[in-house]
Amino acid sequence: MTKHAKSGKGKLVTARAVSYFVLAILCFLCLFFFYMLLINSSRNNFQIQQGFSFLPGKSFAVNFNNMLKDANLPVVSGIRNSFIVSALSAILATYFSAMTAYGIFAYNFKFKRAAFIIILLIMTMPTQVSAVGFVNQMQAMGLRNSLIPLFLPTISSPVVFFFMKQYLDSNMPMEIVEAARIDGSSELHTFNFIVLPIMKPAIAVQAIFTFVTAWNNFFIPALLLDKADKKTLPILIAQLRSADFLKFDMGQVYMLITIAIIPIIIVYLILSKYIVRGVALGGVKG
Amino acid sequence: MNAENSPKRRKNISYAKWGYLFIAPFFISFIIFSLFPLLSTIYYSFFKYYRQGLKIIGPTFIGFENFSNLFRTDLLNYLGNTLIMWIIGFIPQITVALLLAAWFTNQRLHLRGQGFFKTVIYMPNLIMASAFAMLFFALFSDNGPVNGSLQALGILSQPFRFLASVTGTRGLICFMNFLMWFGNTTILLMAAIMGVDPGLYEAAEIDGATSNQMFWRITIPLIRPIMAYVLITSLIGGLQMFDVPQILTNGAGNPDRSATTMIMYLNNHMYSKNYGMAGAVSTVLFLICAILCFLVYFIMSGSNDSVKKERKGGVHK
Repeated sequence: MTKHAKSGKGKLVTARAVSYFVLAILCFLCLFFFYMLLINSSRNNFQIQQGFSFLPGKSFAVNFNNMLKDANLPVVSGIRNSFIVSALSAILATYFSAMTAYGIFAYNFKFKRAAFIIILLIMTMPTQVSAVGFVNQMQAMGLRNSLIPLFLPTISSPVVFFFMKQYLDSNMPMEIVEAARIDGSSELHTFNFIVLPIMKPAIAVQAIFTFVTAWNNFFIPALLLDKADKKTLPILIAQLRSADFLKFDMGQVYMLITIAIIPIIIVYLILSKYIVRGVALGGVKG
Repeated sequence: MNAENSPKRRKNISYAKWGYLFIAPFFISFIIFSLFPLLSTIYYSFFKYYRQGLKIIGPTFIGFENFSNLFRTDLLNYLGNTLIMWIIGFIPQITVALLLAAWFTNQRLHLRGQGFFKTVIYMPNLIMASAFAMLFFALFSDNGPVNGSLQALGILSQPFRFLASVTGTRGLICFMNFLMWFGNTTILLMAAIMGVDPGLYEAAEIDGATSNQMFWRITIPLIRPIMAYVLITSLIGGLQMFDVPQILTNGAGNPDRSATTMIMYLNNHMYSKNYGMAGAVSTVLFLICAILCFLVYFIMSGSNDSVKKERKGGVHK
């Protein structure tokens, strides 16, 4: 009996050691490239050519200034454009998805089920399949080189809607809405001032996801924006890639990648608990 | 008249209007920015419509000529590239994710620092794919730091040209896709495993089942719906593969266009303003995705029904 327990315990210790070892390797893979990125963004061109180093250099500020001053790379307007598009996407997507989800959750109407089924069906349809028509239509509407087509369509975000709907199903008591009606609150007022505050946790999580998706979006913006002062960060990175690579100051290359990645990572590290929980809720409940 | 007399009826009528109003913005935006563009994309696919120099040819109706052109030329190659790169990334992704999810949820194993591990492995999912690809390009270029270090250590005598070899290029793309997605899959599978009724494990334990048996006989069969969901959504994501190969190979998909994906092919047609062919590529993609979307819908609505049943039965959690 004791012998059996002992060998069981020994096995458990081994199993634990193996799992920590595998986890350590995976974490190393996840962190190594970003660590190298940070290190290289602080070194000068010559140092970078020498190969890897685990210690940072002293050229962070120099690289940063060089990048901002580079006349071929409108980085400042790139950051601004990316931020405008991402922030507006996050606001529009969460507000209108919450509204749609509440409309289907709280009211009974004839096409309610049909509407829900349509949204579920289009949920996983990639936006790329309609890109040809989208780009032509935006051109016809005079919205080429405008940021509007990048954030306005997020009003219909089926994935955000689905998350909001699930959140309402499990967290929203209709009694509160009925009480508000008795108090004479209009439906829109009830939604804005009673329902939205209850949905705050869901809105926060989805706002982050939408922000990140818009921040990272490359395919459609690259087809719509060709004026230098309208470009977003991913387009600038593509531009860097297509330039004659060897002539570039590598310190600047790494610095631009840092600017594109690091803000998201910082926000993520602060809010990771909620984000990871949000991912877990996003899928189907098995 | 009648409605005003019966309060119940009146309530239904007056509130239905609000339902339509609340879902209206979503559907208006959907029709303008997705439905019309989709229909016109499919419409273009039946036309000869492209730009040659400054001259615009077409649109002239040509029936299915664009499609027969597509299938005669490169489409199947690129679809093949896309699927190969997806599957090579997906197999390690689902394997590692299942393993980690099983370890994280194993009570006996009782791993510490789970919050930290989950935070780290999910992180690559949020970073800009194009920036990540640029980073890999810089690190793995012919005279980049990876080659520099391998030579300094004496492992290589001359630089290995990752981006001149089919295996090197595809390998890097698959590796990046793996890194970006295994954390996400791990978290989804963990949520699924934690949703399994703990009573089943207790009963199995009393019957003397080992951890291994419990994993294969209880966990795997019960999380099959979410595994199917992960598989199909990952396939849809794989078909959209663009940012990473586009930036890594500078849009060329070299060597020998072995890394050109469907969306890169679409992108090339759009840049050369061949709307007819671009429309045809999109239509093919749309048809494939439509089938996959139906599958996702059935998985989702199936599990939604079971959630509802559970709640009615009072097992509410």
